[in-house]
Amino acid sequence: MNTNFLWKLGAILAILLIFLFGIFGIPSRFSAPALAKAVTDHIHLGLDLRGGTHLILQVQVNDAVNVDAQNAMEVLKQQLRSHKIDYADIIQPDQPNNPDHIVLKGVQAGARTDLLSIVQDHLPEYDITGGADNNWTLSMKPQLLTDLKSKAVTQAIETIRNRIDQLGVSEPQIEEHGLGQYQILVQLPDVDDPARVKDIMQSTAMLEIKQSLGGPYSSQQAALQAQQPVGVLPPDAILLPGHSNPGTSQESEAWYVVSRVSAVSGKDLRDAQPSRDQNGQPSVSFTLTGDGGQRFYNFTNAHVGDSLAVVLDNKVQEVANIKEPIRDRGEISGGSMSEQTSKDLSMILRSGALPAGIKYLEERTVGPSLGADSVRAGVRAAIAGMLAVLIFMLVYYRWAGVNADVALILNLIILLGFMGYFGAVLTLPGIAGVILTVGMGVDSNVLIFERIREELRNGKTPPSAVDQGFSHAWITIVDTHVTTIVSAAILFLFGTGPVKGFAVTLTFGLLANLFTAVFVSRVIFDWVLSRKQRGEALSI
Amino acid sequence: MEFFRDVNIDFLGKKWYFIAFSLIFSVAGVLSMLFWHGIPWGVDFRGGTLVYVKFSHTPDLGAVRQLMDRAGLRDPKIQTYDVASNNEVLIDLSQKETSEKAIDQGQIQIISALETNVPAGKQCGAATGAIGGCDLNNASSLTIKNYLMDHDPMHLGTDADQKYTAQTQAIVGYRNKTGGVFNSIDQLTGNGVDPAVVASLKDGFFLSDFGVRHVEIVGPTVGAQLQKQAALATIYSLAGMLVYLGFRFEWIYGVAAVVTVFHDTLITVGAFSLTKTDISLTVIAAILTLIGYSNNDTIVVFDRIRENIKLMRREKLSDIVNRSINQTLSRTILTAGLTFLTVLALFLFGGEVLHGFSLALVIGILIGTYSSIAIAAPILVAYQDWRISRGKRPQVLAAKVK
Repeated sequence: MNTNFLWKLGAILAILLIFLFGIFGIPSRFSAPALAKAVTDHIHLGLDLRGGTHLILQVQVNDAVNVDAQNAMEVLKQQLRSHKIDYADIIQPDQPNNPDHIVLKGVQAGARTDLLSIVQDHLPEYDITGGADNNWTLSMKPQLLTDLKSKAVTQAIETIRNRIDQLGVSEPQIEEHGLGQYQILVQLPDVDDPARVKDIMQSTAMLEIKQSLGGPYSSQQAALQAQQPVGVLPPDAILLPGHSNPGTSQESEAWYVVSRVSAVSGKDLRDAQPSRDQNGQPSVSFTLTGDGGQRFYNFTNAHVGDSLAVVLDNKVQEVANIKEPIRDRGEISGGSMSEQTSKDLSMILRSGALPAGIKYLEERTVGPSLGADSVRAGVRAAIAGMLAVLIFMLVYYRWAGVNADVALILNLIILLGFMGYFGAVLTLPGIAGVILTVGMGVDSNVLIFERIREELRNGKTPPSAVDQGFSHAWITIVDTHVTTIVSAAILFLFGTGPVKGFAVTLTFGLLANLFTAVFVSRVIFDWVLSRKQRGEALSI
Repeated sequence: MEFFRDVNIDFLGKKWYFIAFSLIFSVAGVLSMLFWHGIPWGVDFRGGTLVYVKFSHTPDLGAVRQLMDRAGLRDPKIQTYDVASNNEVLIDLSQKETSEKAIDQGQIQIISALETNVPAGKQCGAATGAIGGCDLNNASSLTIKNYLMDHDPMHLGTDADQKYTAQTQAIVGYRNKTGGVFNSIDQLTGNGVDPAVVASLKDGFFLSDFGVRHVEIVGPTVGAQLQKQAALATIYSLAGMLVYLGFRFEWIYGVAAVVTVFHDTLITVGAFSLTKTDISLTVIAAILTLIGYSNNDTIVVFDRIRENIKLMRREKLSDIVNRSINQTLSRTILTAGLTFLTVLALFLFGGEVLHGFSLALVIGILIGTYSSIAIAAPILVAYQDWRISRGKRPQVLAAKVK
C-alpha cells in the first residue's frame, strides 16, 4: 500500500460522501420512511410520478403586434391629416397573420418626401416601401417585430406566474417552451382539476372605463336604428355587447354604444379587492394610480350627468350615472357575480392584463393514483434489472465481478447525487434512463475485463494485462460515450417534459460511468494486484 | 466462467443470410407502413383526446361504446388497457374531436356520458359547491373542499379552512389508495374522515362506477410541431454521428454506422407498425437511445478493426474484419445480454405506461447488436472491394490511428 493509493482511495470516498449528501442531505433519522422522505426532498418527482397537470399554451403574439399596428395607423392618419396629404384608404391586408403590414392606398402624387419623413420621424420602428398605383406598404422592422413578440411572451409568463402564485399552487413551473414558437409550458403539481386554473390563466382581464353613449338596445340592429343618421355609428363610437337590468329577473342580452377611447384602463389600477355593492351583492372595488386617478377625475368632472360603462374583455359589465366627479375609487358590480367570481376577478385584475390572448394547445392530467402506480412499477423494474446485472457479473467474472459491482453501485449513487444537486426532475422515462445506465454502464466494465482476459491469454503477466486492458479499452469507451451523449443532448434540445428527464439521467449516468468504470475500477485492480505475489493469477 | 473462447466464425461468409434476414424484416415493416397499418403515431403526434378510466367492476366495452354514441362522439376507439384485472379502459377520440378553442371539451363529454347514475334532478355546481349531483369518484379536491366549507358539517369556527383541507386530503388520499375509484361513501369512515363529514358527503355526492386516472389532450398544432421535431432530432442525431465518426475514423466508417442505424430504426418502426403499437414521444426517446446503443456497438467493432489494420498490414481486409468481430464477440454478446436483461425487466415490470418505450428497446437491442456484426462491418469490406474493382488503391481504409 503506497501513499498514491491512499490518496486515490480518499478521493473516491470523498466523492461518495459528496454525492450521498446530494441524495439524502443529512437525514434526521436513519429509518426507512425518514430516508425515503429525505430522498424525495432532494430529488424531485416529475408530474407523471406525483400527479398533476401539464399545459402548453400558445401566446397569440400577433395580438400584441396588432395593438402596436393600430396605434401606428392612428399616428399615420393624424400626420397625413396635418400634412394635408390625401389618401384613399389605410388597411391591414393580412391582419390575422401579419398585423404589422399596413397598406396606404391611393396616396396623392408627389407626397413621397413628406410621407418618408413622417414615417422616419413618427414611426421609426416601421419600414416603408412604395408600390404601384401610389400604394405604400409599411411593415415593422424584423428585429423589432421579434423583440415585440418575445416581450409579449415574457410578459405573459410574468402575468401567469402572478396569477398562479395567488392561487396557492405549490412548486409551479412556468417557462417558455419549444423553439421560438411563442409557447409557454405550465406544470402544476398536485392540481387534479385544471378547469378553474385554466380559466384564470386565460382571462385577458382587459378592463376599460368608457363613456356610454346609448343603450341598452335589444339587438345590434336596434342600436344602429337609433343612431343619427340611421344605421351609421359615430366615428368615435363602438358597439359592445352586455346585459340590461343586470342582477334582476329581467336580465337579458343587450347592446351598448360606447366611446372608442377609454377614460382609464386596467393599466391604471393600483389595487383591486373583492367587496359587496350597496345591495350586498359580491363586487370588486378598485383604486387607481395617481396618474390614472387624475385622468378619471378630469373625465368624470367633464361628464357629470352622463353615463359611464365599465367594460371587461370587450363586454359591458355595467353602466352607471356620473353623479359627481370621482377621483381614484371605483367598483365593478356585474349583478350576477358570484363570490368566487369576485375573488377571482379581483385577483386577475391585480396580477395585470395579459399582453396577448392565449389558447391551450395541450393538456395532460395525471391522477395521483396513477403516479403512485408508476413509481412502484419503475422501482420494481429498476431493482429487478439491477439485481440481474449484479449477480451475473459476480458469477461470470468472480472477484473482478465484485469490482464491477462496486463501480456500478457507485455509478448509481453519483447519478442520483447529481440529480439532487442540479435539481433535476425524476420522471418515469427518467427511471428508465437510470435502468438503461446500469445496462450500458456495465458495458465499460465488460470491455475492460474482456480485454484483460485477452491479454492474459496472450501470455501477459497480470499487472501488464490490466494496464493494457485499461489503456486499449479507454479509447473505445470515450468513443462510445461521446456518441451516446451526443444523442442524449439532441433529445434534451428537442424533447419535452418526461423525455428531457430521460436525456438528463442518461447523460449524468454516462458521465458518472466514465469515472467509476475507469478510475475506480482501476484503483481496485491496482490494490488487488499490489497484494498478490509475483505470478499469482488474477480472479477474472 | 467464459462463454466465448477462441471463437472463429466466418461472419462475412454468411453475408447473404444476413442480407436476406434484414431485407425480409425491413420490407415487411415498410409494406406495413405503406399499405397496412401505416405509421401508428401516438396521441402526442397525431393530436386527439385520450381518457384512461378505471372502473370498479369488469368494464363492458359494448356498453361504454353505446354511451359514447349517445353522447354524439364520433367513432372513439375503446379498448381495455393494461391487464384485464385492473378494469381499465382507454377511450381515444380522434383529432377531429379536439378543438383548440375548447381543448377539454371531449374529456368533459366523455366523463358526463359515463356518469349514468346521477341522481335525478340533481346537478354539480362548480362555484358554489355541490348540490347533490357531484361524483365523488371524479370530483376535484377543490370541489370537495368548497362543498365542506359551504355546508360546514363539523360546525367549525375559525379554523374551518385548515380542518376541511385536512378532511379533503383524507378523502382524496383514500380514493387514491383504492386506485381512484371506490364503491361506498361509508368506506371513508375509519380512514381519517370525520363521521359528520361522511354523512354530509352522502347528501351532496353520489359515486359513479369509474374514476379518471389520466388524461392526455393534444391539439393539432402541437402534434404537427412534435412530428417535425422528432424527425429533426433523429436527423441531427445521425448527422452528429456521421461527423464524429468521420473525424475519429474515416468517412466510410461514418457512412457504414449511419446506414446500420438507419436499418435498425427502420426495422424497429416497422415492428411498431406491424404490431400496431402507438409511437409516442417516449418511444421516439427509446429509438434515439437505440441509435446511440447500436452505434456504441458498431464503434467497438470499428475500434478493433482500426487497431488490427495497424497490426496485420499484410492480411486481407475481410480477414481483419472477421478477426475483429470474433475478438469482440464475447464483449458484444455480454453487453447486449446484460442490457437486454435490464430492458426486459422494464418490459415485464415497468407497467403499461412504459410498454412502448421498453418494447422499442427490447427490439432495438436485439437488432442493434445483430446489425453491428451483420451490416456495419460488411459495408466496410464491400466498399473496399468496390474500390479495388475500380482499380483504385485499397489502403484508404487504414483509418487514422490515434
